[in-house]
Order: sequence, then C-alpha cells, then structure tokens
Amino acid sequence: MARTVLPKIEALENVVQANRGLTAVIKKEISDHLSGRRFLILVILVVVACLASLYIAASAIRSAGQNADFVFLKLFTVAGSTLPFSFTAFVSFLGPLLGLMMGFDAINGERDRGTLSHVLSQPIYRDALINGKFIAGVIVLALVVFGLGLLTGGLGLLVFGVPPTVEELLRILVYLVLSVVYISFWLALSLLFSILFRQTTTSALAGIALWLFFTLFAVFFVGMIANAIFPLSESSPAQQVLANARLEMWLGRISPNALYDEATVTLLNPSVRALGFVMLDQLYGAIDAPLSFGQSLLLIWPHLVSLIAATLICFAAAYFAFMRQEIRA
Amino acid sequence: MAPSASKYLVETNKLTKHYGSLVAVSNLNLKVKTGSIFGILGPNGAGKTTTILMLLGLTEPTAGSARIAGYDPLREPLKVKALTGYLPDNVGFYQDMTGLENLYYTADLNGLSREVAKERIHAALERVGLTEAAERKVGEYSRGMRQRLGIADLLVKDPPLIIMDEPTLGIDPEGVRELLQLIRELAHKDKRTILLSSHLLHQVQEICDEVGIFVKGKMIASGTIDQLGSQLQAKEKLQLELKAEPRDEALYQLCRRTEGVTEVKEEGDLLKLTCQKDVRPQLSKALVEAGYNLLHLHLRGFSLDDIYSRYFQKEGGDYGQDRTA
Repeated sequence: MARTVLPKIEALENVVQANRGLTAVIKKEISDHLSGRRFLILVILVVVACLASLYIAASAIRSAGQNADFVFLKLFTVAGSTLPFSFTAFVSFLGPLLGLMMGFDAINGERDRGTLSHVLSQPIYRDALINGKFIAGVIVLALVVFGLGLLTGGLGLLVFGVPPTVEELLRILVYLVLSVVYISFWLALSLLFSILFRQTTTSALAGIALWLFFTLFAVFFVGMIANAIFPLSESSPAQQVLANARLEMWLGRISPNALYDEATVTLLNPSVRALGFVMLDQLYGAIDAPLSFGQSLLLIWPHLVSLIAATLICFAAAYFAFMRQEIRA
Repeated sequence: MAPSASKYLVETNKLTKHYGSLVAVSNLNLKVKTGSIFGILGPNGAGKTTTILMLLGLTEPTAGSARIAGYDPLREPLKVKALTGYLPDNVGFYQDMTGLENLYYTADLNGLSREVAKERIHAALERVGLTEAAERKVGEYSRGMRQRLGIADLLVKDPPLIIMDEPTLGIDPEGVRELLQLIRELAHKDKRTILLSSHLLHQVQEICDEVGIFVKGKMIASGTIDQLGSQLQAKEKLQLELKAEPRDEALYQLCRRTEGVTEVKEEGDLLKLTCQKDVRPQLSKALVEAGYNLLHLHLRGFSLDDIYSRYFQKEGGDYGQDRTA
C-alpha cells in the first residue's frame, strides 16, 4: 500500500514546490515594478495625460450641453480643440510604451546582472521565471489601467453629477479589460525581444521601432500595398474600388493598434453600428439608433479574440525561445 | 535502488557538449566523493563552467549523462537543484534590493517558511560577517562582500552539495583567505560536498582533497595531488634543481657520479639534474660528506605548480603562461 501512495505524494510535492517558485517570482516582480522609478515616471506621465484629457473633455461636453446621450462615455472619447487627444487616444498611444517599458529588459537584464543563473539554480522550473514575469506584469497593468479608468470615471462623476447607466459602466469595464489585453500584447512582445536580444538597449529599440511602425507608418504601408494590388483611377470600376478598400481594411487589421482602436470606438461610442465600409443599400431601412451593449460586444468580439490570440502567440514564442536558450552569459 | 546510496555524490558518464563545431567538454567522466572538496583546475575556456552548468541541468549535454546523488539533472531538475547550491563566478544579486531582501527571495524560491527563513538568514549573515551590511543595497557592496553574500545565500539554502565557479576571482588576498576558510568550514564542519572550479592552482592545492585538470574540454588527469604527481612521474623523468657552495668542477663531477643521474646541466646559478628516480637522499648525503654547503635542492614535479604548468605545456600549448597565482 505504502509503495503506491508514496510516489503520488512525491508528485504532489513537486507541483506544490513548482507553484511556490512561481508565486515567489510573481511577488518579487510585482514589488519590483511598483517600487521602480522607471515605472513611476511612466505612470505619472499617463496619469497627467489622462487627467488633462478629462479636463478638456469636461469643458467640451459642458459647452455642448448635456442633452446628448451617453454623456459618461463621452468623458473618455471627446477631445477638445486645445489638446486634440481624448482619454482613449492617450491610452492607445502611451499604453504600448508602458508595456514595452515593463518587459524590455526582463530576461536580458537578468542575464547582464548574473541573476539569471542564480535564480534558475534554485529549485524552480525554468518556466516559473518567465510565467511569473508575465503574470506579474499583467497584474500590475491591470492595476494601473483599472485604477486610471475608475479614477477618471470617479472624477467625471464629481464634475458632472450625472451617474453612469449600467450599460455605460459595462462598456467602460469591457473597454478597460480590452486595454489590459492590448497592453499585455506589448508586454509579451517586449518579453520576447528581451529573450531574443542580448543587449537591453537593442530590445528596447526593437520594441519602440515596432510601436512606431504600427502607430505611425502602418497606415501608409497598408494604403500603398492596397493601391499597388488594386490600382485606382477616376474611371475605376466599383469592384476595383471595393477590392481596394477591403484589402486595405484587412491588411490594416494585422496591426494590433488598428484592432484596438476599432474595438475602442465601437465600445465607447454606441452609435457606431458597423466597422469598415458600408454600402448604401445596406443602410436602406436601417434605424439610426445606438447599438445595445450586447450588439456592440458582438461587433468587436473578433477583435478581442484576435488581440488575446496575438498576445498569447507572442508569449508562446517568448516561452519557447526561453526554454531553448542557453543560460550562460 | 535508493539513488543516494552511492559513494559518489556527483558522477558523469561520457558527458559531452558541443557548441557548433567547438567542443566545450568531451567525454568527461567525473566522480566526486561524498564529503570531499573536489577542484576543477584549468585555464579559461577549458570547459569548467560548461561542465558545472550541465551538472545543474542549466545546459543540455550533447551526449553522455550526469547524475547528482543518482538524479538526472535533465529529468528531475527540481531534485537536483534542491540538493545543489550554486555560486557562480560573478554571483548575481538584485542591485536595488538589500542583501536581506535578496536572501529572503532565495528562501522564497526554495519554499522555506517565514520562520525558518528568518532563522537561517540571520545565522548565515552572522557567519559570513555581513550582519551590519544586511540592510544596505547590494549595489553598494564590494565584490568580496557580494561573494560572501553568495555564501550566505548557500547557507540559507542549506544543500548537501555546493558547486562554486571561480569563487575567488577578483578578490583581494585578505578576502581570498577568509573565503577559503569559509569554504573549508562548509566542507569539514558542515559535512558538505564541494565542487569548485578555479584557474588559481595554489588555492586549489590549499583546500581541495581531489583535483581534476581540465584542458580544452578534456579532463587530462585527476586524483589527489600526490596521485597527480606520481601520474606525471610515470611519464617523465625527474628533474632536480640543486644549488651548493662552493661551486666548482668537483661538484659537477659528484653529481654526475651519483647513481640514477643521467644528465647534468647548468642553468644560471642552478644545476639541473635529470634522473631516473628520486636521488635526493643519496645526493644530499654525498654533498655534505664532501664538504659542500647545500643551499637549494628541489624536486620538480611534486608541487601542483609544476604538474599544472607541465600539463598545460604538453596539452594546451600556450596555456602554461596563463598562471596568475
């Protein structure tokens, strides 16, 4: 009897020990992030940007009057004339930087300082380190994003005194979850770069280069490619114009930024009824009314799934690369 | 079979590692007795660190296998890592955490409870003399202090096997003396097995029970220091260095006539004798009887210094110059 029971206990102990290692890594990484100066600087930047956008949104909404629908959502989406950025634009622009900052030296930094072999010679599985780093990063991101979103909402409540409806609240919560997923994508990407490149500066630059590409240049490239494949002239047939637009849309959606922005707009602006182009005959008979929360969610479901998939693919690549990598410096 | 019953705590069988076309370690058969201090001696790039990383399961061998207390580092990494404490040459601690926080992290990774961790950490800091510096950030530590924190880290983990990679690298002589004393205590007082690598043979000679000499990925000799000496004797003729006064032709003739001496050469103010056996007893007696004052008589090949440089000259070419002791 004892012989059959013993191995099971041993296996159980192994699992417990492995998880202990994971929780130890997570705890340490979270406290590292929260006490780090780098993180503090970025969070201050993001907070200031968001408060500024809140202030501008508030004044813009006030001058427009309060008769509009979904006033509470407008807090997040309306931009003023002095500062052409809304809360969502800020998160979309600065969020990736936050993710990149948190991960760009995750592994190669440890290698530089010689802590990698030290940590991995402790009785933990190798993946506990990278899993722990990613999970800790996502937890901290969630804290920041939700903290920021709820703070903005709370201040908006004070400024307007108009309580949000349940639907608005749901939309904001889904938007915040979406933002966490989106920034996690950049975290996973920078984690991957920190494994692929030995120098922390190289991995930071690679991350920033990709971020710049997706935020600034991707749109031009996509347009160029679409025009090269389906050239347009004044006399182009409708099919050609349609094919060009369709290709441009699908190519554009390779970029996680485009996915995130489309999803954000749909979530926080219920009057968005469709994404991409709409034919005139499709509009015929349509009722000009905001979408319900469920319908908006249905519209962006593919976006959310794609973003989660992109994040997981990045993390899986990082995981694979890390497990195969030499530990020695 | 109970894995730990073996006499050897560390055993490798034809352990081999290639990096592309470079052979870092080739067909290594290493055996470390439980409770001994084993020194891996070799120049930089001889494959010492690679061997250690393979023993810890941090690097996958190309061929062959390693066993720590009977456990395969690749199949049962947690068992091996729980049994083994590792001190790398430049031990890595988190710079912006204090020494104490770093040790608590190690304790956490090892799954120690808070009470046990606290007890062990304070005892360890006391033992390596870092109690006062414990609350300072590791970034402010000197290299010697960091190395001692590394030892404290090992003590917190409390493993039966300790593997150290170049433990004395870049530490001042006083620090080295203290460190070697600590290592000796770890082995003899705490009854731990220690495997350490170094290119500084005097230190290895001082503390190791057994030594393996590594050159270009091969262990070309191993055993106790005496065994290494006699292994060399079997291959080579003995060299004697002699200095006596007065220095004259009769001295030269006397040396020639002594039985077993095949050749006498003058080198500076020394006479170099090549002989088939150890002729020191006869020679010294003969010299004293003939009225010479014996100033220097040294049998080359018995100190590890000579063994080391000779092996390196023979197998490693230029490595003979690498001695920085």
